[in-house]
Amino acid sequence: MASDKLRSVEQAIALVKPGSRIMVGSFGMAGYPRELIEALAASGVSDLTIISNDLGAPDEGLGKLLTNNQVRSLIGTYYNWNPDVAAANNAGRITVQLVPQGTFAEAIRAAGVGIPAFFTPTAAGTELAAGKETHVFDGRTCLLEEAIHADVALIKAHKADELGNLIYYKTARNFNPLMAMAADTVIVEVDEIVPVGALDPECIVTPHMFVDILTMKGA
Amino acid sequence: MEIIPEQQAKERIATVIARYFDQQAASGRLFINLGVGIPTMVANYTTNPNIFVQAENGMLGVGRAASEDCMDHDLINAGRTCVTETPGCVYMDSAMSFGMIRGGHVDATVIGAFEVDEQANIANWIIPNGKQLGVGGAMDLVSGARQVIVAMQHCSKNGRPKLVHQCSLPITGFGEADMIVTEYAVFAFEHGHLVLKQLAPELTLAELHSLTEASFL
Repeated sequence: MASDKLRSVEQAIALVKPGSRIMVGSFGMAGYPRELIEALAASGVSDLTIISNDLGAPDEGLGKLLTNNQVRSLIGTYYNWNPDVAAANNAGRITVQLVPQGTFAEAIRAAGVGIPAFFTPTAAGTELAAGKETHVFDGRTCLLEEAIHADVALIKAHKADELGNLIYYKTARNFNPLMAMAADTVIVEVDEIVPVGALDPECIVTPHMFVDILTMKGA
Repeated sequence: MEIIPEQQAKERIATVIARYFDQQAASGRLFINLGVGIPTMVANYTTNPNIFVQAENGMLGVGRAASEDCMDHDLINAGRTCVTETPGCVYMDSAMSFGMIRGGHVDATVIGAFEVDEQANIANWIIPNGKQLGVGGAMDLVSGARQVIVAMQHCSKNGRPKLVHQCSLPITGFGEADMIVTEYAVFAFEHGHLVLKQLAPELTLAELHSLTEASFL
């Protein structure tokens, strides 16, 4: 299929510069862009801030980036599946900013839709509220949470059309459609690229306006 | 007093909550979110087809765990278990999924806990300086779901009561617990008080008090 957005995985990853903030869609091992992460690990680009729900497993998936010492800091929700994260954090090798999962999702969405910050009751009064501005609405204390933006988003979608409209697959969707709105450069790994018009317009989840680059295994 | 073995304890807790949900769903559709561990087991015992399970990783209408020969690793629940679809199931992104939770559309969440105290505070997300670092959706769920049901064994592995005067571990949500189900008892918070609703046949009220640090009515 001819898409002017199609690049090789290596060409796409060459856009990731040292010190970048990188968003990666995933929930555990579901819905992460495997080829892109393999290429990012092979590139050795370091000093990265990785914004993702979790960090895969030790030396597996996103976990490879930590094993390779490519990570400076993490922003995410749940690293219990990769105990290397707690070890690296306790040893002072990386910094970790934990965000409640719903707040994390909404903060990424907010970045994508031009909302710099929002109030939420989640985490009010807890350790994760430290240093955050509060306001009481209807008698309930809420935290001011800032949007989370990235330089590059690495997305996994199921199918794209040649323009870059995206549909996803089951629970591999997770944070991907949100992150596809929230970065300066959006790189999407897909299983298949179909002609324009082949996707039902009522079923497209991510409109092609948000997508900069498509990659596909073997392309 | 008879000690209830761990597996039996877990099954009992899950069954008690499942019966409660079955009753609730008799008067209409019930949307529930189940945490990892004992909470997930609740779905094995519910029988009412009006109960819909939501998973915060982006699915409404979660079915049973997938058998080994039909696992799809892109079809998982929030505990990363491969699951199945139910008719009418739907997928959504994480922001909409937590919108359902934070927006008060999810009727009940069942979660595990390290500690719950007399003020209905829940500690279930972290043991400081431990081997695990994560909060996941715990804080969103306890503050967002309409009803928070804590499913936990009555005492920790080293025999200490988990229902305490005041939580010693970092709090997940303040005053958020509505019901606590253990293998020995069911408690509810009513008008700011912890109230015993049901006692297991294996023990006396005095024995329950001896296993429970928190005061209850």
